[in-house]
Amino acid sequence: MYGKGILKGLGVTLKRFADTYLDDISWWLQGRKRYYTQEGIAHRSSKNTRGIFTVQYPEEQLIQPEEFRYVPFLVYNEGAEGKKEVRCTSCGICAKVCPPQCIWIVRTNDPNTGKPVPEPKNFYIDMDICMNCGFCAEYCPFDAIKMDHDFAIASYGRNVYNLEKLLKPASYYAEIRPLNYVKEEDARKAKEAAKAAKAEAAA
Amino acid sequence: MEENKYEGLNLPNYNIPEDIQNVVSVTTIDRLYNWGRRWSVWPLMFGLACCAIEMIAAQASRYDMARFGMEVMRPTPRQADMMLVSGTVTKKMLPSIIRLYNQMPEPKYVVAMGACASSGGPFKEGYNVVAGIDKFLPVDVYIPGCPPTPQALIAGMIKLQEKIDKQSIKKVRWYEKGKVDSNYVPMPILGPDLIDVRRSAEFEAAAVKKEGVA
Amino acid sequence: MTAPASTLTLDLVSASLVARFPDFVTADARPGFSGFIVKKENLVEVATALRDEFGFDLLSSVTGVDYLAENKMEVVYHAHRTTGGPGLVFKVQAERVDPVEVPSLIDVWAGADFQEREAWDLLGIKFTGHPDLRRILMWEGFEGHPLRKDYKEAFFEEETKPYKSRWPEGNHTYAEFKNPFRDNLNLPENFSLDNYQPQTEDQLYFSLERSSQKHDVGREKEMGDHMVVNMGPHHPSTHGVLRVAVELNGETITSLKPVMGYLHRNHDKIGERNTYLQIMPYTDRLDYFNSMANNFGYAIAVEKLMKIPVAERAEYIRVIMTELSRIQNHLIFIGMLINDMGSMYTPSLYAFEERELILDIFEAVSGARMMCNYFRFGGVVRDVPEDVLRKIKDLVHDRLPAKTDEMERFLNENEVLVARLKGIHVLNAEEATHHSVTGPCLRAAGVPYDLRRADPYSVYDRFDFDVAVRYNGDMYDNYLIRFDEIRQSLRILEQALKQIPGGPINSQKPQYQVRVPAGEAYGRVESPKGELAYYVVSNGKPNPYRYHVRAPSFVNLTAVETMCKGVKIADFVVLLAMLDIVMGEVDR
Ligand code: SF4
Ligand code: SF4
Ligand code: SF4
Repeated sequence: MYGKGILKGLGVTLKRFADTYLDDISWWLQGRKRYYTQEGIAHRSSKNTRGIFTVQYPEEQLIQPEEFRYVPFLVYNEGAEGKKEVRCTSCGICAKVCPPQCIWIVRTNDPNTGKPVPEPKNFYIDMDICMNCGFCAEYCPFDAIKMDHDFAIASYGRNVYNLEKLLKPASYYAEIRPLNYVKEEDARKAKEAAKAAKAEAAA
Repeated sequence: MEENKYEGLNLPNYNIPEDIQNVVSVTTIDRLYNWGRRWSVWPLMFGLACCAIEMIAAQASRYDMARFGMEVMRPTPRQADMMLVSGTVTKKMLPSIIRLYNQMPEPKYVVAMGACASSGGPFKEGYNVVAGIDKFLPVDVYIPGCPPTPQALIAGMIKLQEKIDKQSIKKVRWYEKGKVDSNYVPMPILGPDLIDVRRSAEFEAAAVKKEGVA
Repeated sequence: MTAPASTLTLDLVSASLVARFPDFVTADARPGFSGFIVKKENLVEVATALRDEFGFDLLSSVTGVDYLAENKMEVVYHAHRTTGGPGLVFKVQAERVDPVEVPSLIDVWAGADFQEREAWDLLGIKFTGHPDLRRILMWEGFEGHPLRKDYKEAFFEEETKPYKSRWPEGNHTYAEFKNPFRDNLNLPENFSLDNYQPQTEDQLYFSLERSSQKHDVGREKEMGDHMVVNMGPHHPSTHGVLRVAVELNGETITSLKPVMGYLHRNHDKIGERNTYLQIMPYTDRLDYFNSMANNFGYAIAVEKLMKIPVAERAEYIRVIMTELSRIQNHLIFIGMLINDMGSMYTPSLYAFEERELILDIFEAVSGARMMCNYFRFGGVVRDVPEDVLRKIKDLVHDRLPAKTDEMERFLNENEVLVARLKGIHVLNAEEATHHSVTGPCLRAAGVPYDLRRADPYSVYDRFDFDVAVRYNGDMYDNYLIRFDEIRQSLRILEQALKQIPGGPINSQKPQYQVRVPAGEAYGRVESPKGELAYYVVSNGKPNPYRYHVRAPSFVNLTAVETMCKGVKIADFVVLLAMLDIVMGEVDR
């Protein structure tokens, strides 16, 4: 019969249409909230999703996986009295590895000796060139630069971030990447312990 | 800009009795005008590169820009309000982009989506790449990212809506008196390299200088 | 020739080729290099013999290398057999004088057409005998040949990255300030706008005219009705910024020429300045639907050069990711195809839903949805966590098969769709191989050539799957084969997910400076669009000397003229969609 294929196809759309309501209703009957809850969003991103697929950004947001990367930021440890202990030692590896070469680092020199000290005087990243590749975070030996989860950074002008704008506390990092944070902290502690043990052995 | 936080039509400092709140609004012309425009920004259906795919994804069901009145992608510039420059602007493509922009009716907005459109991005050094569309068109919102995820794109669109809110009919550039076609951008020429005719004097000077040296 | 040509192994080919042409074929003896050097004057003769006697019916890639120090230009050809087996490399060397001249191979393999034009455009190698040698990626009138080693762009900073100005005295400056014009602009000396006449596009239109006259001898009277229409570069259904100049007789296409380069982002030039690792994220942006497949090809090329093994678990992860990417690509292809046919939105929205779920997986493992940058030399960047593996299994075992079925139910029997697609010829086997078409289009024409089988790379030889092939070569077959491939990919995925071993994910230590010995390598993979290959020449430095991408979309476009002559303009858009081109890869 001519037109059978079209009807069959329309059946699919009809089923999809019905699903829209069926899923909503079944969630409602179970007393669960399909929208604006983590559970609901997770469901809508799972293999069982049917019906309305939309994530109502900005009212709700997709659950970012830990590895999600947007633009880089610099991590500082919160020292005593709110002192920002910048982790970066201005070793320059990130600037070397960055593919579009959008990282600029000014190294600090000790005013007395003229020798470089391990802290950047300034640090620029041109966010309008950065290709979000994540190499800087991957190859930084001091866990000082990390990829951010914050993506709502549109602005009315060009975005060149300097040191001040790039700095974010380690607690923020722990919040967005808990697993990585724990892993790195453990590694650091193990290293320190090994060092201490070595020093003890030598003494 | 405290008042702009509130997105509705009604002015916040007028107390309307509750029973007619859905029926009556007290507002200003500016606010009404902006309210109408902010929820009906029609983008030009126009994709350049990788970012265009994220733009399509943002139009598709998961992010659904229709929630912002931005789902009507118009293939013709004459019906579009916003040009979403979604991708790398190459020198070869630039004349076409400018032709499209010139054909758009005012009010018109340009959003530079992604690193490439904002400044040339990872391909900035390339010989065929324009270092940012802002060299030629007035850009309203820059969205960093490569590519900006659909959510980041929507965040940028919200930023554009905020910008629209702040505009006033009296002050926007397209209603200024005596400035007919203030937005017209002359077409660049594809010569030995891309030539911006607005800067011809500069090129002449450079040529003379070079001759003088030689 | 005693043994039938197709059963010869490559060593035998080499021996007999040199024996056949002792005077003008020599083996390439440079360390790290392979293949033959053919004398320029006899190139066509040797190529014809390779095609007819040795069975190398598919010309994979043509590209040039500029050896500035030796004052030489080299043209490198890679030829393959559609029956499978490794490829053959042969080269022609020419003095680096102006103009560099090499005979064109367009009469032997029509697939050389665009690639020779590209070599002319970017390297200034003149292919004598090429009927339409115009610039292809840049515009006519552009000054210089950018891939030559002595060409410097306007924003040129240093020969190689990393730049010294970034550290330790890296005060931020815009690249604009380094150029006197404050812009990405290079003007020749004594350029004056007043007496400058931009070149017109006459050549393009003449090339149309010529071909139509060839076609219509004796029908000059009708020629009055002919009309030239430019579609694009801003056209809603040409998949990006492709422009096609079409000559129409009424509704029928008599001649057409694609015009590209509107997204030419100088991958090759930038790649030659990058370090080996830095190229990796750039490859993501070639075919931006399939960054995983792009990474794969490049990783293989460099691993070949470095002669390092790949960690076992990483091989499986690579296969899993690439096949997921293929499924996602084909689903989008189907959605976009229907879009192009005028049924806006519904099917493509369905396709995008599945794509989003697959992209979620990419995001979870690599951090980004589209630009994954996930492969490293010797493995991948990070392991796939258990919960993500679970998610992949869910998709592969439950969701994707069901959704593919649903898509088929939704569309395949739709009478309108069938009427639009069935019986409209795309390519037959001969045309397809002659024009170097690869990927689903070649297989839909009846040639079971799939690199995963023909020249297995990675661990593909461990999986049990069929090469999807269909024989009519019409649009409907081209459409259905995408479903076949999705099913085969699911099959591969099922096995890979079952077999995936534990262990490390990289055979090397993470390092940002890799040591690559001198030599050349041609790494190729079966990307969803066709044969994707990288030609990398190393001279032992941290940056490649030559980096060339053989992009399937670009080469497949060579056939578009043959495909579309004589069809109605309304079908043209659908035919173009059949090639599944993506401009990031066409223009690079
Ligand atoms: S961020 Fe890391 S890699 Fe970059 S300079 Fe600082 S310590 Fe070195
Ligand atoms: S993410 Fe990549 S491009 Fe961006 S700053 Fe880091 S290394 Fe550079
Ligand atoms: S910003 Fe990145 S994703 Fe967007 S067009 Fe440029 S390279 Fe592609």
